Amino acid sequence: MNLSNKHILDMTTLTREDIGLILETAESMKEVSERPIKKVPTLRGKTVVLFFHEPSTRTKISFDVAAKRMSADSIGLAASGSSIVKGETLIDTVKNLEAMRPDIVVLRHSAAGAPHMLAKVLEKPAIINAGDGMHAHPTQALLDLMTIKEKKEKIEGLKVSIIGDIQHSRVARSNIIGLNKMGAQVVVSGPGTMIPKGIEKMGARVVIDADEAVKGADVVMMLRIQKERQKGFMFPTEREYARLYGLSPRRLGLAGDDVLVMHPGPINRGVEISPEAADGPWSIILDQVTNGVAVRMAILYLVAGGA
Amino acid sequence: MNVLIKNGRVLDPGTIDQITDIYISNGVISHISENIEKPADCEKVVDATGKLVVPGLIDMHVHLREPGHEYKETVATGALAAAWGGFTAICAMPNTKPVNDNAQITEFILKQAQKAGCSRVYPVAAISMDLSGEAMCEYGELKDAGAVAISDDGMPVVSSLMMRRVMEYAAGIGLSVISHCEEPHLSPDGVMNEGEQSTSMGLAGIPNAVESIMVMRDIALSELTGTAIHIAHVSAAESVRAIREAKAAGIKVTCETAPHYFTLTDEAVTGYNTHAKMNPPLRTEKDRDAIIDGLVDGTIDVIATDHAPHNAVEKEVEFNIAANGIVGLETSLPLSMALVHKGILTIDSIIEKMSKYPAKILGLDNGIQKNLPADITIIDPELSYIVEPEKFKSKSRNTPFAGMELKGRAIMTIVGGKPVFEL
Repeated sequence: MNLSNKHILDMTTLTREDIGLILETAESMKEVSERPIKKVPTLRGKTVVLFFHEPSTRTKISFDVAAKRMSADSIGLAASGSSIVKGETLIDTVKNLEAMRPDIVVLRHSAAGAPHMLAKVLEKPAIINAGDGMHAHPTQALLDLMTIKEKKEKIEGLKVSIIGDIQHSRVARSNIIGLNKMGAQVVVSGPGTMIPKGIEKMGARVVIDADEAVKGADVVMMLRIQKERQKGFMFPTEREYARLYGLSPRRLGLAGDDVLVMHPGPINRGVEISPEAADGPWSIILDQVTNGVAVRMAILYLVAGGA
Repeated sequence: MNVLIKNGRVLDPGTIDQITDIYISNGVISHISENIEKPADCEKVVDATGKLVVPGLIDMHVHLREPGHEYKETVATGALAAAWGGFTAICAMPNTKPVNDNAQITEFILKQAQKAGCSRVYPVAAISMDLSGEAMCEYGELKDAGAVAISDDGMPVVSSLMMRRVMEYAAGIGLSVISHCEEPHLSPDGVMNEGEQSTSMGLAGIPNAVESIMVMRDIALSELTGTAIHIAHVSAAESVRAIREAKAAGIKVTCETAPHYFTLTDEAVTGYNTHAKMNPPLRTEKDRDAIIDGLVDGTIDVIATDHAPHNAVEKEVEFNIAANGIVGLETSLPLSMALVHKGILTIDSIIEKMSKYPAKILGLDNGIQKNLPADITIIDPELSYIVEPEKFKSKSRNTPFAGMELKGRAIMTIVGGKPVFEL
């Protein structure tokens, strides 16, 4: 089986079948990371460029580890080390990269739509979106789906509450679309300033009151307060934010008995999530990171041509 | 050139609408009557059977890029694009580099236009020095140099006090004030209309209120000062409503919209299409309907293009850093004619909004009357063609209408008796 598209640009362009295939492949890849010798020859001779135009640790390392475990040659490039700082346009930079014949370009960029633009101008390599502005972060949504499915043995019918800065969150957008495609119900919650117009149309029910949003949830996904994006009167203080929207043990108690707590990281302890909520037995935050490698191995494999 | 135009439907709303002949000699309309025999000094005969012969179209909102950004457009290429679009005259906005905030730049633009010898170019001078919104320009000297209006187009005049003083001062010396309505603090990062589409695309939005707040302020200032104000490029339903109410209250406000606001919505941004990026942004279907209603009931006086040429360098980049604006001169009339073909507007109304009212707002003489300068556009209302940007006379190709099939276009543009374009 193959994916319906050459590129992984966002969750909208992945079909339910694509998502199923990626999760299934990732589940079978996961075991590689548990071996004493964590390497398979599957992508030997393939070149993967990791072009991270925006700071990232977790996602970049995750892709790098995934590529290396598949025996691909991975090359990391950051905006600060690229010709972008010399005034070169993004299209010119990646056309030069393309001239070196990579098979896959993984792009993280602060501009929404940057990977879509590259997908139009590049002829050969497949593009994997590792996060574009506030728009999409499909590999994060896929690893979240994998983790939920692994723990709950299903996705369909679950109630997933996403709490925090929905407005600025590509993770929220991609999860809303992915969870809807897989049959879950999505609730979003956060200060009114952080709920973007028309989010209901994407498949999320808006519940401003965080207690209400958590009630009966099977999964609570907390979003990071992106301190770098909070100019412009979004909320009064972190203290008030923590009180109204932070995940405390009390608030978590309102959720279902087997609730799972997720967070895409990096977490601001004491702001959107208390240490008790982040570290308790319900937390699957580090499982998300582990599964991230498996999902990215699966995506690199499928995008490179699959079986 | 002395030109005889035969058998056209001569239409100057409120003045004439009949199949007749026109003779142009020495740059002016010398005869309007049926069956004019070809005079001895006639140099050209045009058979206008089945065509509309109308007062020259005026686009009162155009960005020529000279001086400063000649790689996007020059006065000459802009004037030629105007001629091909059926415009006998265009107003050049002042955001050149340097800004048209002094008589030297105004005179330079007029000199370039004269050299081009094509459609007329009327410079619009800046409201504030360097478009900074801080100090008035020398409007008296600018007017003497040839400026027909003042505007900081592209930038709002944020200070209400300054806007009040500008309106009072300019009215006193007979210059129209054109306002770019935008409250910049409400959406410092916005790059497209705020709504479902911006949310799903992850782009920062510009709500309608960014425009309508300033429209309402300028209406209030117009009422306060008793002077006229012209609102540029209206895009939002709330602005149309405010202007409609102001007109009903007798306030001296006029306004324009651009063809893209009655043709497209923010759906056109899908796929991060930078050719659908402009300021104000393309809005929703509800706004598009309100713009059309405003055109129909007369709330919106003028159709102007906001012709904004940009090189591919400024458009083939990430959406959020792409330049705002599209070229419009060569698609404006056909897009407006679509409203006629759909039965929404009459042809009279199109000629009013693209010729008569802009002339009135700017204080220009423009009409098909004996002894007036022969600025005439001949339109074939039924001619179908496909928009091919590579054939544009403009230096730039940034249009969202490429490949669209349109019906009705100019086939001849006559400026001061001289045909400057003939299809």
